[in-house]
Amino acid sequence: MIAFYLLLLLPLFGTLLMLIVGGSKISGYFNILIATINFIASIFVVHYFLQHGAFTAIGQQFYIDAFNLLIIVLTTFTAMTTAFFSNTYMWHNITIKRINHKQLLLYHLMYQLFTLMVLLALTTNNLGILWVAMEGATLATVLLVSMYRTKEAIEAAWKYFILCIVGIALALFGTILVYFSATNALPQADTRILWSILVQHANNFDPAIIKIAFIFILVGYGTKIGLVPLHNWLPDAYTESPAPVTVLLSGILSNVSLYALIRFKILVDHALNNNLTGNLIIGFGLLSFMVGAVFLQRQRKMKRLFSYSSIEHMGLIAIAFGLGEQTAIFIGLFYILMHSLAKSAAFMIVGNIIQQTGTQTLEKISGLIKSQPKLGWGLIIATLAIAAIPPFGIFTSELMLFIAGVNFSPFLAIILIIGLIMALAGLLRNIQPVVYGEPTNITRTSICITPAFLHLGLVLILGVYIPPTLQQLLQKAVELLTK
Amino acid sequence: METLISIITVFILLTAFMLILQNRIHNMINIFIGQSILLAAATFLTALKTNELGLYISAILTIILKAIFIPYLLRYLVDKLNIRHTVATIKYPFLLLIGAASLVLFCYHLIIPANNTIAIAMAIMLLGMLLLITHCKAISHTIGFMSMENGIFLATPLATHGMPMAVELGIAFDVLIAAVLFGVFFFQLRSSIDSLDVDRLNMLREDIE
Repeated sequence: MIAFYLLLLLPLFGTLLMLIVGGSKISGYFNILIATINFIASIFVVHYFLQHGAFTAIGQQFYIDAFNLLIIVLTTFTAMTTAFFSNTYMWHNITIKRINHKQLLLYHLMYQLFTLMVLLALTTNNLGILWVAMEGATLATVLLVSMYRTKEAIEAAWKYFILCIVGIALALFGTILVYFSATNALPQADTRILWSILVQHANNFDPAIIKIAFIFILVGYGTKIGLVPLHNWLPDAYTESPAPVTVLLSGILSNVSLYALIRFKILVDHALNNNLTGNLIIGFGLLSFMVGAVFLQRQRKMKRLFSYSSIEHMGLIAIAFGLGEQTAIFIGLFYILMHSLAKSAAFMIVGNIIQQTGTQTLEKISGLIKSQPKLGWGLIIATLAIAAIPPFGIFTSELMLFIAGVNFSPFLAIILIIGLIMALAGLLRNIQPVVYGEPTNITRTSICITPAFLHLGLVLILGVYIPPTLQQLLQKAVELLTK
Repeated sequence: METLISIITVFILLTAFMLILQNRIHNMINIFIGQSILLAAATFLTALKTNELGLYISAILTIILKAIFIPYLLRYLVDKLNIRHTVATIKYPFLLLIGAASLVLFCYHLIIPANNTIAIAMAIMLLGMLLLITHCKAISHTIGFMSMENGIFLATPLATHGMPMAVELGIAFDVLIAAVLFGVFFFQLRSSIDSLDVDRLNMLREDIE
């Protein structure tokens, strides 16, 4: 139980600590230390959960079940590895005078604040606080996106800022509508906002209102997930922000937004007893998947390429949750883990490459495997993992999703297979010349590649073997998410 | 009491219309202040009716944040960036008005079986969004966003008698931070594109070949 409180108190402490020591070399190490202890704390929470089952804390304000626990562990793990990666990365930026010490302070401060907000969003039982934390996480990352102060970075940050806060304001309206629709079923005002209470009484809600509420929530949190056609900010923000920030956005924030959406989906499903939410999510997911697969064909910038692949994968994950039967939910959860690990590894490697070559334009880089073998191999392995080559975990998820899709409708299966082949071809065709061919000039700098290989190793292992503890957690989450 | 609250909500809707057709930044800020005061009044009257402590606090928060602090911040920025006299062009005012009116009708059609005030709140929110879409100055975007928030804030007291206190405070805090970030962005935009005209942000787009 102490571990659970630590989970939230540590980043809070970290935020305050960074105000004091931020900007100096040592702050990077503190960042690593706090993120690591936080990860260990989350392991203890898992341990507690396995013994006691789902639990609430502080007068039901916090609620832990298998579903959010999975994402909490993933988040703290990614936050830890990213802290290691960003320490080297950001310090290098200081030495080449790309950013100054004030910006480094801002970075570490916001890193901790972001972790706090994300963990708050994941652990809270209060749907209002969930919104506050999601908005907080958005606001914490806005200034990080514009950190390099180039024209492109400021434009990307402005887009990110305005689209996400407007989108998420719609989600707030949706949350209020949910609150309103429960007025008759739950007269007590202070428990009417708690998810665990709402879900028990959901069948008494006003169905007309809750339908409209879900549309607003889907559009709101969908903007943050990057579902097409609400994805406009995503490729820009991913491309122009510093690499560790891209890792935070793609590896952590998009999952948490998806988590928020799924929480509401469960609620609305209980209230409506039909497939409205599932079908809507499949629609958005399918569109994202297709647009992502098409647009990643002709990209010139490396991070932009991978950001379209993120849109594609988030679309697939959404489809899995939209299908809604047991295997599909299992795939969705497993896919979140795999995609998050693989994609953050890819962005870490790309970050290193950008620092070595000084560019992220695909045409200007070639022959990495000769000039910098570690990065070259890393990039090719990460690309293979993301492009769903066996035996990586993403292949397993996509294969299972394909089978579930066939059961749902053969039409869906055809689209899936075409899209998957397109995405595979697009990724490999764009990345292949970067890795092979005549090497271009690079400046050797200190690189931090171990976290990325750790991620890729996990994707590889989990693709062929799921440990019993993880299996148990996944099963429990699946039971929770199926009607 | 009930009628008085209804009249005030209608006036808030009216201010939302005025904001859309206004092209001077100075006037927009003034209308926004009026809208926020009306919102606080509606919240306060609901508080009197239901006698909920949370709603009193919410009304005070609205006054401090939306009628005093944010307009003050905006005026400060307008003076600092010297854009007091800029006029934003509105391309098709008549079409815009028809669009806005049909948005309100749409909201009524959608929500009216359930609740009158929710429909108005939703209309105000969508009008704020329309303002965001049609105006190209960053400062109008700020006002559009804050007007959206006003619509949302109108829904809480009237339809649900207020959210729990922690949530209200959290939302107010987020709005405050967003306002400050808008300010930071004005300076960043100014230094990068030498203007607050966000239509000039066009470096990043997908080349369709």
